This record gives sequence, structure tokens and C-alpha cells, in this order.
Amino acid sequence: MKHEVFEKNSIILLVGILIVVSIGGLFQIAPLFWVDSTIEKVQGMRPYTPLEQAGRDVYVREGCYNCHSQMVRTLRDEVERYGHYSLAAESMYDHPFQWGSKRTGPDLARVGGKYSDQWHVEHMNNPRAVVPESIMPSYPWLLTRRLDPETVEARLKTLRKVGVPYSDEMIANVRTDLAAQINPDSRPARDLLKRYPKARVAKFDGQQGVPPTEMDALVAYLQILGQLVDFATFDAAGPNLR
Amino acid sequence: MADTREGLEAFGDVLAVIAAALFALVGGIWFFGSNDPAMSFHGLLMMLASAAAGIYVMTVAFREKAAIAIGNYEPPEGYFDGPIKVTVVAAVIWGIAGFLVGVLLALQLAYPALNFDLPWISFGRLRPLHTSAVIFAFGGNVLIGTSFYVVQRTCHARLAGRWSPWFVVWGYQLFIAIAGTGYLLGITQAKEYAEPEWYADLFLTIIWVTYLLVFLGTIWRRKEPHIYVANWFYLAFIVPIAMLPLVTTAALPVSSPSPSSVILWSGVQDAMTQWWYGHNAVGFFLTAGFLGIMYYFIPKRVERPVYSYRLSIVHFWTLIFIYIWAGPHHLHYTALPDWAQTLGMTFSIMLWMPSWGGMINGLMTLSGAWDKLRTDAVVRLLVVSVAFYGMSTFEGPLMSIKAVNSLSHYTDWTIGHVHSGALGWVAMVSFGAIYCLVPWLWNRKGLYSMRLVEWHFWISTLGILLYITAMWVSGITQGLMWRAYDSLGFLQYSFIETVEAMHPYYVIRAIGGILFLSGALIMAYNVWRTIRGDEPVDIAEQPRVAAAPGLRLQPAE
Repeated sequence: MKHEVFEKNSIILLVGILIVVSIGGLFQIAPLFWVDSTIEKVQGMRPYTPLEQAGRDVYVREGCYNCHSQMVRTLRDEVERYGHYSLAAESMYDHPFQWGSKRTGPDLARVGGKYSDQWHVEHMNNPRAVVPESIMPSYPWLLTRRLDPETVEARLKTLRKVGVPYSDEMIANVRTDLAAQINPDSRPARDLLKRYPKARVAKFDGQQGVPPTEMDALVAYLQILGQLVDFATFDAAGPNLR
Repeated sequence: MADTREGLEAFGDVLAVIAAALFALVGGIWFFGSNDPAMSFHGLLMMLASAAAGIYVMTVAFREKAAIAIGNYEPPEGYFDGPIKVTVVAAVIWGIAGFLVGVLLALQLAYPALNFDLPWISFGRLRPLHTSAVIFAFGGNVLIGTSFYVVQRTCHARLAGRWSPWFVVWGYQLFIAIAGTGYLLGITQAKEYAEPEWYADLFLTIIWVTYLLVFLGTIWRRKEPHIYVANWFYLAFIVPIAMLPLVTTAALPVSSPSPSSVILWSGVQDAMTQWWYGHNAVGFFLTAGFLGIMYYFIPKRVERPVYSYRLSIVHFWTLIFIYIWAGPHHLHYTALPDWAQTLGMTFSIMLWMPSWGGMINGLMTLSGAWDKLRTDAVVRLLVVSVAFYGMSTFEGPLMSIKAVNSLSHYTDWTIGHVHSGALGWVAMVSFGAIYCLVPWLWNRKGLYSMRLVEWHFWISTLGILLYITAMWVSGITQGLMWRAYDSLGFLQYSFIETVEAMHPYYVIRAIGGILFLSGALIMAYNVWRTIRGDEPVDIAEQPRVAAAPGLRLQPAE
């Protein structure tokens, strides 16, 4: 037994440890970046609109991921409760991912379109007003906090740098798009929809004549969750099978 | 000779002052440059702390220079224990803070009104504060402190560096303050167990590299040819913990200086990287490091050699090799490719063996000294911690099996599992080490009261049992309710019905947490009385190893 080599030389011990603890990660993480089948080929995925992304930032800031997953597993009861199991493609523009690890509350991967905007606003303001047994905290401050267009713009630009496919046009129109998404039937809103198909344009928080609030943003984000991939054209057994 | 040494020390002083000035400058940039009040606040903290450190270094340097001039300067000799004392006190304080936040969180889940509609203390922001406080603030201080203690004693060498060990311990406290207040103010990268934002991460990286160098430097000064087994484990904690967060939280700041950043990875790759990190924070921070504690403090306290040298070699290398593969078991049945899930499950099951290798080596070290379990409550804390380690490292592989995981994942069973490891193993072994260290470091004849240690032991154990049994029941209940079908083939329960069913268990869990917190408060009192120098009330009931090495009676012939 020549374990002495490690016990008498700290650098050999250190290098030995480094090598031994590097192997697993290299085998498990590295292939995910170059094996093509890791992320399915789907139709409909697009980057988040400025308002949705701002909502996602609120979601992250408030730590929603501590109690809500965004990952429907390939199990019968989950598919029946929440909808189609989640695809890797659905979170490919999510920096960071929000799959979560705990369901103190329900999964949110497909919550979009299940409830009205007004329900969400009431629910955020006081969850027990709409679900008496709920143990979720209230988030009344979201209704009064305004979004800062500069912050949103900086965020989208940085996201583009790390690989989210925002076009020049999208980046150039961050501020107008941010305002347009709470201004239904307007010209900017129609332009927004050309850039971001399926985006929901509405006065999310119901407040008239007020610039976008964090509540607008969060509800816009929740309403788009699970809405983008076109499952009519998705064939799990087809070329997407991995 | 003496001239060179004094010259080196003066050089160290100058470097320390320059470093303090640089950190103050960085703090200034954050303070004046950022338009985010939270980051400005952190800049202010950094500036004040660095200025205080710089001024302190200069005062000491000038005082020594004066002493040298009049010829009564005594260069520091022996072990360097000041920084260790800081970590012991910090561990007790942060531990209580972390447990307290945990109790509040437990109560918030039972009674949501306790969120008080305030952003800073709502569950989503407090939960990372709790996990970071107990893992990194409490556990981290215990690890840094014990590693500095153990490496000096097992190498027969003084800690390397004059100011660096102080920088490591005080810098680490400052990091904790920046990270913790950041969470409350909504500054987070949302990477579980690695939430601090980029600027706190960078600061931690500097501290951590210094920590590694101090540790290695002390090993290089050793007068023993062999590096003792506890130090292998400490090294296998420090090195991977330098590597893991760097990868998982690699991020691009939104703009500088802005507190927020964008993680480089997305979706499935980000998920894999996160749990590669997340599970190995458990593997290398909460396991390897604390095994280092086990390998020093159990043999020392029971005055027996480690059970098997061969077993320690085998389980060391297998443990660190296998652990790193276990991450994907957090992602079963998700959009992570199947091959990765299967690899994660396979290695997680294999992990059972090296884990139990460590448990056996720890427990069997008591061979011939089992009576100490009855007579020495500190030994009992240490041994029961290893037993909990064995239990949770059996439960972990079990839960990593896909079929079991489909039920347990996303439920409280995971929370219970984590706490049997965190409260049962990590915290209990830490308490044992703290009870050993306090009289040894402060040169006391023993602890103020062994009976209070008994109380601490039993209250904590009861608290843990209430906690984990409540979470087993709630987790399995909720998992079964989610997948229950009625006779017509419909899902039987709405989600909110499963939430309602959890209430009694959340109350029981909170009671368990309150008991555990009470135990820690008893410890704090006992530690404080011991440090203050109060005469032990039950010295006759304490073993001779309870006393500081210089005050021990020789065993009777």
C-alpha cells in the first residue's frame, strides 16, 4: 500500500482530490452542452417580453421558487393535475432555471391561462381572499412598486449577452414594449405582438393610467408560463425523441 | 535571525494595510457608484470594516515597533488560537440566529399571518437566510475554527500567516452579513444554497483562497511526516468548495456596479449544474468537513485511536469520488435526460457504502470506551451525531431510487431528510466540538456545567425526533394524496386539500424546532459562563479531557 505518497505530500494529496472530484461533473454536465437531443426541437419558444422578464425578476427576488416548482414530471398524476410534462426546451431561455425543489404550493409550469388576471392580483394581494386555506404570504407591495425601465433594459441586454436570442429590434424597443403590454388595442401593443407572439396584453393589475407595476409584471409572467410551446406540432415519439 | 523575522512581520503588516485599503476602495466603489441602496449599504459595511481592520493592523504594528525599540518585544509563539476563538463565538451566535429564523419559518407555514405582509420577512426571502445561516454561518464557522485548531495540533505547527487567519475569520463574518442582509433586501441569484449575488461571491472567493493557503501553509510547516486523516477531509472540503460555487454561480453582472447578475447557464444545464453544486454542498461542506471534525474530536475525547486506518483511506477516496455524481437524483422524472438521472441514482446508491464506512470508523473508535457514552454527555453528542449520519446516509440513497423519489420529491420528506442530517449530524457533531473546544481554547478546567450539556443533549434529541417524524408523516401523506385516485378514476384531492392536511405536522415541526433552539440557548449560556471563567459546578462529573491540555491531571497509576 503506497498511500504514503498522499499522506506525506500535501500537493499530491490536493491534486489527487481535485482529479477525483472533477470526474463526475465532467461526465454529467459537459455532455448536456453538446448532445443535441438534450433540448427538444419545438415550435413556439421565444424570449420573454420585457414585462414578462421583469415579472420573472420579481418571482426570483421574492423567492417563489422556495415553494413552487416549475417542472411537471413524467408521472400520470402530475400530467393529469398540471398538464403536459415539461420539456427541456421550455426553460431554455431561463437564466436562472426555476424548476424548484419543493411544492409547498402547486407546480406553476403551466399556470398560464388557468386563472384570470384579476384572480392573480387578488391572490397576490391576499391569498386567503380567494383560497381560504392557503398558507402563502401576501405580496401587497407589488401593486404600488413601479418598474424601472432602465433596469429592465439592462437585464434584457445582459440576457442577450449570455445567449438569449433577443433581436436588435427587441432590444431597441424594450421601453415601448414594456409600456405597450399593459395598453391593449394600441398600435405599440400590435407591434409588441409581432415581436413576441402569444404575449398577453392587458391591464393586468387593473389600475388605470398608471405605469407598469411589479404586479403587472408578475401576472404577465405567470400568465405566459407553459403557453409558448405548440404541443399540436410536438411529437414526443418523432425526431424529438431522445 | 530575529531581524529577518521582524522584517517579515513588518512586511506582513504593510501588506495587510494595503489589502485593507484596497477593500475599502472596493467598498467605496459600491457605496458611491451603485444606484441600488442595498448595494450602497453593503459598500458602506465593506468600507467601515476595512478601515477598522487597517487601523487595527497599524496600531498593533506601531505598538510592536515601540516594544522592539525598548527591547521587550516577545514574538508570538505556540499555537495561534485567537481566530479560532472568534469562530467558536460566532458559530454559537449565528447558530442561534439561524435556528430562530428556522422556527419563524416553521411557524409561518403553520400560521401564514406571521409573514406580517412585510417583504423583508416573507417566507421566500427568509428561507435562504435560514439555510445559509445554519449551513454557512453556523457550520462554516465551526469548520473554519475546528480546521484551524486541528491542523495546528496534528501538524505541531503554528497557523501560517500573521494577518491572513484574522482576515479569513473576520472576512467570513462580513461576507455573512453582506449575504444575509442582501437576502432580506431581495438581492439573490436564486441558486439554492448559493444565493449571494456576484459581488458577495467574489469577496468570498478571495476569503476562501486565503483560507486554503493558510491551511496548506500550516501543513507545510508540519513537524510530523504524515498528514493526519482529519486534514485530508478538511482539504477535501476546502478545495471542492472553492470549485463548486464558481461554476454554479458563474454570472455576468447586469451592469457594474449593479447588485444583480445573469447566470451564464440556462434551463436544463443550469438545473444540472445547480444540483451538482447543491448535492455537493452537502457532500463536501456538510459531510467531508464534518468528518474531519469526527476524525479528530472523537478519538481525542474518548482517548482511543481511530478504529481503522485502512478503512479511513478506502472510505475517503470512494466518498469524494462517488459524491460528486449524486446530483441528478434531485432531478428524477424531470426534463433532464434519462441517462443523467440513471447515473445519479446509481452513484447515490453506491454512496451508501463509503458513508457507512465513515460511520463505522467513527463509532468503532469507541471500542473499549463505550462506558463514556453513559458518563460523558459530550461523547454522547458526538456519537449520536455519527448515528444520525448513518441514518440519513441510508435514507438518502433510499430516496434517490427513482420509484421512491417519485413519491418523496417536492414533499416534506426531503425537508425531514435534510434536517436529520443537518440537526442530527452536522449540528450535534458541532455542539460536541464546541463543548470540547471552549475549555481547551480558553484554558479552563472544564465546562461550566456538564449537567447543562445533558439537558442540551436530551432537549435537542427530542426536538430532532419530533421534527423528522412530523416531516416523514407529512411528506409521505402529501405524496400519497397527490397521486390518489378515486373509484371513478379522477384525482381524489385538489392541491389545497393536501396543503390543509399538513397543518398539524407543521405545528409539531415548529415545536421540535423550538426545542432544538432551546437546547442551543442552553449551550450559549454554558459556553458564556465557561468563557467568563466561572468555576465549574460539577467538575467531579467531567472527564479529565474536558480540561485544557495544560490543566489535565495525569491518569492515576
